[in-house]
Amino acid sequence: MSISKIKFDKKIVLSFWIILIALIIAAPTLLPVFRLNLLGRYLSLSIVALGVDLIWGYTGLLSLGQGIFFALGGYSAAMYLQITSSSEFPNNIPEFFALYGVEKLPFFWEPFRSPFFTFFAIWIIPALVAGLIGFLVFRNRIKGVYFSILTQASLLVFFNFFNGQQKLINGTNGLKTDVTQLFGQMVGSESMQRIFFWITAILVIAAWFFAKWVVKGRFGNILIGIRDDEPRVRFTGYNPVIFKTIIFSIAGGLAGISGALYTVQSGIVSPQFMTVPFSIEMVIWVAVGGRGTLLGAILGAVFINYAKSLVSEALPASWMFIQGGLFILVVTALPEGVLGWIQGDGPRNLLQRFGLKRKIETYPSLEVNNKEGNNE
Amino acid sequence: MNNKDLLNLVDITVSFEGFLALNNLNLSLKKGELRAVIGPNGAGKTTFLDVITGKVKPTNGEVIFKGKSLVGKKEHKIARLGVGRKFQSPRIFENLTVKENLEISVTTPKSPLNLINKIIKDEQLNEIDRLMKIVNLAQKVDSKAGSLSHGQKQWLEIAMLVGQKPDLMLVDEPVAGLTDEETDLTADLLKSLSGENTVVVIDHDMEFIRRLDSNVSVLNQGTVLCEGTMETIQKDKKVIDVYLGRPED
Repeated sequence: MSISKIKFDKKIVLSFWIILIALIIAAPTLLPVFRLNLLGRYLSLSIVALGVDLIWGYTGLLSLGQGIFFALGGYSAAMYLQITSSSEFPNNIPEFFALYGVEKLPFFWEPFRSPFFTFFAIWIIPALVAGLIGFLVFRNRIKGVYFSILTQASLLVFFNFFNGQQKLINGTNGLKTDVTQLFGQMVGSESMQRIFFWITAILVIAAWFFAKWVVKGRFGNILIGIRDDEPRVRFTGYNPVIFKTIIFSIAGGLAGISGALYTVQSGIVSPQFMTVPFSIEMVIWVAVGGRGTLLGAILGAVFINYAKSLVSEALPASWMFIQGGLFILVVTALPEGVLGWIQGDGPRNLLQRFGLKRKIETYPSLEVNNKEGNNE
Repeated sequence: MNNKDLLNLVDITVSFEGFLALNNLNLSLKKGELRAVIGPNGAGKTTFLDVITGKVKPTNGEVIFKGKSLVGKKEHKIARLGVGRKFQSPRIFENLTVKENLEISVTTPKSPLNLINKIIKDEQLNEIDRLMKIVNLAQKVDSKAGSLSHGQKQWLEIAMLVGQKPDLMLVDEPVAGLTDEETDLTADLLKSLSGENTVVVIDHDMEFIRRLDSNVSVLNQGTVLCEGTMETIQKDKKVIDVYLGRPED
């Protein structure tokens, strides 16, 4: 790569950031509230997708149970909002408790009176639960499809449990947040939603940088090593169990943050967050965007969900077919996902097919090596 | 048992649902020794390595390494104690570069906390440079390991093994699929490693074993048939019967 090219790349990166930040600041004035709210929700979903990319794209752990951690974050945030807004209800506890004759706040919700505690609970509780489930599974060397099945089974256990606990968490009805108050404002109000949008946008960028930092260098290389050849990692003296537990826990924490942001912007958290299709969709976003690219996970989550809402408005029943078709298309035609295809040789091969670019006459790997050799 | 022994295998038996992959195998290695292990297919050569490295738990018997038992220890613990292994087909991380592969092997301690630190110690970088020169991969530092030729992959894996600084190196068929020239270079490399390290080489290639000029253990049906120099082995009647074939062949 020549020096001018590097400078050019830097300019592109810089202008990309300027445009991105300008868009984030301007979005609330450019978009109608309804669209802004949708965008904010999709951006919050991209955080859980980043977690999926870390565990699946980098470490090779296909979890179909990220909904558990997503919902835990959502419930933490929603319960805090309900408790702080319950001063006019009987016993000063959220309204729904009265329906089931509960007079005292269940003990495990007590700490959620504190905003400070809640702030940490949103990501630490899902991270701990993920770490615990992960450790038990990984220690027993359960992997591959068995791991996927196990995570999905855990998801169902959580789903059924949450569904049945009216007296603790309002069961299948879930917890509403849009009529609750935060800092003297309605959570569902336009001004609050605008703030949530900005918080989400900032956190997506922060989460992206965090994920990039995690996969950079030797730690990330070990994750890739575990994905490609776990026994080899073990025989080199590393304990894969610890690495897998850490990354699964990080993904759980990201899912929790994502769930909390999604909850306050959609106005409710319910066991529906733990349905099987929703957790599978998270995997589809990453597969379509591009596994192991991080940015692909964000773009996949935002664009697929945006397409979902556009298609559902026009042809209400057709989305599932389109999503299924998209997934099949990507798996068969672009196994690396859209971004993986762009970053690889995809565009060049396409141009070659149409005769717009000359074919490389040597082996690609040889040419790459020569280039690098010259750089030395 | 001798105190100078680095590794002692005592009456090792491994039974896979009744099939005895190893049957009362006894073997000991001195520190700094180079030992070749040969045997026909199914003699238990790879199982023998699996037992030492903790992949397979012996049904019976003891593995004593540096005075400690290895039986029941996890693979990564055994590796940290100083047992390194090179696999039959080259097992390197193809999606990482040559340098990244070596970084993984030379890094100590091998804990997540140490790895999350993005700065690599100078001594480890020097070690990586040294290893790349030994195996002639200095030109390929930033190439994906997957783009290397077969011989280069074999060497990269040997370099990774050396980078781990193991006291005991277990090398499984290092010259499979290599050209004659590469085979000779590999033999010289392994010979130069012994003395400081203890090396066990498993192979089929008799020319290669002869070039190693070391003691040879012949395995057959899960047990040590014969031990000695290449000349002794070649004259042993039992060995000729099961493995080398009769002179007229």
